[in-house]
Amino acid sequence: MIVSTQKPLEQIVAALEGGSRVFIIGCAKCATVCKSGGEEEVFRMQDALTLAGKEITGTIVIDETCHMLRTARDLRSRREQVEEADFLLVLSCGAGIQSVAEAAEKKVVAGTDSKFLGNIRRFGQFEQRCSLCGDCRLNDSGGVCPVTVCAKGLLNGPCGGMEEGCCEVDRNNRCAWVTIYERLTGQERVRQLDAITPARDFALKRHPNSLKLEK
Amino acid sequence: MPSHFAHKLAADEFVITAEIAPPKGCDPAGLMRTAISLAPFVDAINITDNQGANMRMTPLVAAGMLVREGIEPIMQLTCRDRNRLALQSDLLGAAAMGVKNVLALTGDDIGCGDHRQGRAVFDLDSVLLLQTIGALNSGFDLNGAPLAGATDFLAGAAAAPEVEPFDATRPKLVKKAAAGARFFQTQAVFNPERLAYFHDAVQPLGVKVIAGILVLKSARMAEFINLNIPGLKVPLPVIERLATAADPAAEGVRIAIELALQCRSICSGIHVMAMGRYEVVPQLIAAIRS
Ligand code: SF4
Ligand code: SF4
Repeated sequence: MIVSTQKPLEQIVAALEGGSRVFIIGCAKCATVCKSGGEEEVFRMQDALTLAGKEITGTIVIDETCHMLRTARDLRSRREQVEEADFLLVLSCGAGIQSVAEAAEKKVVAGTDSKFLGNIRRFGQFEQRCSLCGDCRLNDSGGVCPVTVCAKGLLNGPCGGMEEGCCEVDRNNRCAWVTIYERLTGQERVRQLDAITPARDFALKRHPNSLKLEK
Repeated sequence: MPSHFAHKLAADEFVITAEIAPPKGCDPAGLMRTAISLAPFVDAINITDNQGANMRMTPLVAAGMLVREGIEPIMQLTCRDRNRLALQSDLLGAAAMGVKNVLALTGDDIGCGDHRQGRAVFDLDSVLLLQTIGALNSGFDLNGAPLAGATDFLAGAAAAPEVEPFDATRPKLVKKAAAGARFFQTQAVFNPERLAYFHDAVQPLGVKVIAGILVLKSARMAEFINLNIPGLKVPLPVIERLATAADPAAEGVRIAIELALQCRSICSGIHVMAMGRYEVVPQLIAAIRS
């Protein structure tokens, strides 16, 4: 899922400068799970902004704001409330915010910061394991992503900052390359680490990326 | 023509290197003064590359200036601040300036330096950088396009003999050797037995081992290093020795000399990390050469 956090209220209020009527949009998927823009957060935002002197023309929680057609359709179903508003405040990931921006002429305010593609450890705890590099290497690294879990994204083994199995960049984290080494040793295929992994092909990461499935 | 340093290594002669950081500024006078004062005592001088992710003059120019002075540099080059184009063009520039030795490094975490908001590159890693140097040496760029003039670098890499778990670092050492590393300059050694073990482990790779010797000044400095410099760990007994010494600065030199003498018989050379106290280097090297 896409992990996002809500921007501080002062920042949101500052971004709403110059208008008093706000329509609030949340997302029923990722933003709900990470509590940045679900039903509850939209409701709280409504209260907070009302206290800050804003008038809320309406709210909606869209099922997958990243779904562009659905977002456009759902906003049309609330056309009056949307029309009345000076701003559409969106509490979803950056992709969802742009679905809204494309669907409506109104000024759109981003109420969140999108952080990473996250695994869910347990309720309210998320960890980055994949950074969508476009050329998955997990088959060669024992199922541990060197691109993401190694803080430097190194492909050929631990850097000189590894100490006692911990990562130089954050000593609370285990060095990805120690984990990879241990896993491959356990699976009796550690020798494969002796082969040099070629450099990444960043052409695969050019953006804006798109994908169109064959019919 | 191979460098003096390369020649000595190949001839199995003991080498001594030291390191200098380029200035934080554009005035090279201090750098050159230090280099000139160290040159008579060492075989080559490492020029660090934004060490600890602290921004300084590019090692390319600093190393080139040493060459002009007739001093042999080992240019350190990290993957943190340059993508593959910049690495290659800096290497070509270095070769044009007469730089012959390169130490290929990953680079410390950008978050430990003075530009924490910067973007770390890591387009390549140290193994891939060594391969790149190999490609330039054979007259081609990383994508196989021919160069007008091949480089003639002696490439080296870093190694950490005392790191735990050491075995997890072995495959990378194998790859560094396969990618063309001809010498390892190690992290600071405090336990010569570990250095001997390391030396035996890498012996089959045919890479010369140059042991890092750190010159400490005080217990406080050692503690600072332990907290702030990635990959450097001063053991407690050494810190205690410094803490209880009447003259900690002199004790630091004594510790360095003791370690260097113990390492001398184990490896192919000593790399002195003076931590700014360049004035003690001649004394230390005289002791090693004695
Ligand atoms: S290698 Fe890592 S970042 Fe790339 S796709 Fe696989 S898990 Fe994701
Ligand atoms: S310590 Fe390990 S995980 Fe951390 S940056 Fe270095 S190689 Fe990557």
